[in-house]
Amino acid sequence: MKIVTGNDLKSGAVIWWTGVGWSLDVNNAADTGEQGAKIIAREEGVQNVVGAYVIDAEKDENGVRPLHIKERIRALGPTVRPDLTLKPSDPQAVNWVI
Amino acid sequence: MYKYDEYDQQMVDTRVEEFRDQVRRRLAGDLTEDQFKPLRLQNGLYLQLHAYMLRVAVPYGTLNSEQMTVLGDIADKYDRGYGHFTTRTNIQYNWIKLEDTPDALADLAKVEMHAIQTSGNCIRNISSDQYAGASADEVVDPRPYAELLRQWSSFHPEFLVLPRKFKIAVIASETDRAAMRLHDIGIQLVKDAQGQVGAVFYVGGGMGRTPFIAKKIREFVPIDQMITYAEACVRVYNRYGRRDNKYKARIKILVHELGLEAYSKEVDEEFAHLLTQPIEPPLAELERIQAMFADPAFETGLSDEIELSDPDFRLWVERNSFAHKAPGYAIANVSLKPIGGIPGDATSDQIRLMARLAKDYSFDELRVTHAQNIVFPHVKKSDLFALWQELVKADLATPNLDTVGDIIACPGLDYCALANARSIPVAQKISERFGSARRQAEIGELKLKISGCINACGHHHAGHIGILGVDKKGKENYQLLLGGSEGADTSLAKITGPGFDEDGVVDATEKAIEVYLANKQGDERFLDTYRRIGMAPFKEAIYG
Repeated sequence: MKIVTGNDLKSGAVIWWTGVGWSLDVNNAADTGEQGAKIIAREEGVQNVVGAYVIDAEKDENGVRPLHIKERIRALGPTVRPDLTLKPSDPQAVNWVI
Repeated sequence: MYKYDEYDQQMVDTRVEEFRDQVRRRLAGDLTEDQFKPLRLQNGLYLQLHAYMLRVAVPYGTLNSEQMTVLGDIADKYDRGYGHFTTRTNIQYNWIKLEDTPDALADLAKVEMHAIQTSGNCIRNISSDQYAGASADEVVDPRPYAELLRQWSSFHPEFLVLPRKFKIAVIASETDRAAMRLHDIGIQLVKDAQGQVGAVFYVGGGMGRTPFIAKKIREFVPIDQMITYAEACVRVYNRYGRRDNKYKARIKILVHELGLEAYSKEVDEEFAHLLTQPIEPPLAELERIQAMFADPAFETGLSDEIELSDPDFRLWVERNSFAHKAPGYAIANVSLKPIGGIPGDATSDQIRLMARLAKDYSFDELRVTHAQNIVFPHVKKSDLFALWQELVKADLATPNLDTVGDIIACPGLDYCALANARSIPVAQKISERFGSARRQAEIGELKLKISGCINACGHHHAGHIGILGVDKKGKENYQLLLGGSEGADTSLAKITGPGFDEDGVVDATEKAIEVYLANKQGDERFLDTYRRIGMAPFKEAIYG
């Protein structure tokens, strides 16, 4: 699947396009198919996102997982600071990245 | 320490308000990201992997306790309670919000700090010897000269859009503690036979994807021509440096492609021309600056004896202190590399504690080192034990300076948008494997440096052991290099062979260390043994 990610203009937080808006959780990312460029142009134009781009991901019973490690780290947070990730209470969360 | 005059303060304050307006316009949609990006970068604000990152300049690594306190406060007020000290002796915050940035910069400006010269294709923050003004082996204190260079280069209208970023280091000792020859310009201050101070100029050094050791271009530039000569060097680079390919745009490529002789000829001509122009600051300005770097009021008649009956304290003194020029004083190093920790990171509480300790024990002064550590430059030997006890309580007393645990590591793929692989987890695993004091003592001086991509922010080219993280078909892969050094004996590390996964490179590192221990003669360091026996025995052990 193709998903769209970028950073929130004000906070810089990593965000994912859900089909109707933006989410901090990659699991809410929508498959944008061939519409990525159009979504990016519109959303950057209205100042909702900065530095947006399309990436490859896969979806299974556990949720959405970007194919590249860099995007998985963006989705979770720094692997060396579990307390600062989106899943600070899950000691196994880093394994999802690797 | 240098104290801002009204012009310095006005420049920094004006810059903050200018950026505040630029941020307002960006948030209002009056500026696009393409328009705004160069403006934010000129104020040290990057967009990194997880968020905006603010890099704050610490000119030549020197700061006072009030400034250090504010660095800790910013970590709490605008970030997530910690900061990361970098190999350019700066500090960066990983989670700054765009809308908060002007306020953070305003807080910095109140204590004479800023984020200027921390990004963009300009002359970057000038770096120097972290022991400047304290060590016995320096010819002069290099900081006033670094400050003069800072003033010359800040907002220099000709050099705001160079072909690429430009880094200058200034030292004044034979012992190079600032990786001087791995800079675009390296300056070593010396005295001639008549005792006159002058500058030896080196040009064209750097790491990154194409590492070069800077070449000596001028044996002795009189000190009242130092700025003029630097201007000539940068002008020639600005004129001929490549702008068609960012990977070939650094001065090292120009010097390499033109050859030192041809580049030098151009510089000589430019220098001769510039000497006819009144661009050199008057010596009175240097003297004004030098007066602010006068020695603190060292006590006299102090004993050099240190009570070393506590074995842990003794180990820390032996490993982390350095000889001071004043009797009864020592230079104390704080390692920001606890066993298994994140190199260069410090919490806001640790930062504020170091600020207070500097006030209590080190004449209100601290230094940031390119090895991502902190220095108290002027500590009475009789105060070392009390200082150490306070550091122990804050997990800041790891006795590992210049050993295998004192790892330089870039933020890597955990934070950096440019990285290909994570650096910090590799550093943590190596630190844990070799963490015991006995093991570190057995190995002795070993400088290990890790970069998460070819840009080499972790200085892997200059590591006795260097590790370079790369992307291999979407997976992290680590190359092992041996034989680099950033000291007076600067050399570039060579790659051992095929790369490894994360655990594999830690094992390979251990094999390399075992080869060293099996072959070392006398007091040889890892680097000495490597240079004597060559790469072959190491390759045999690692890949055989």
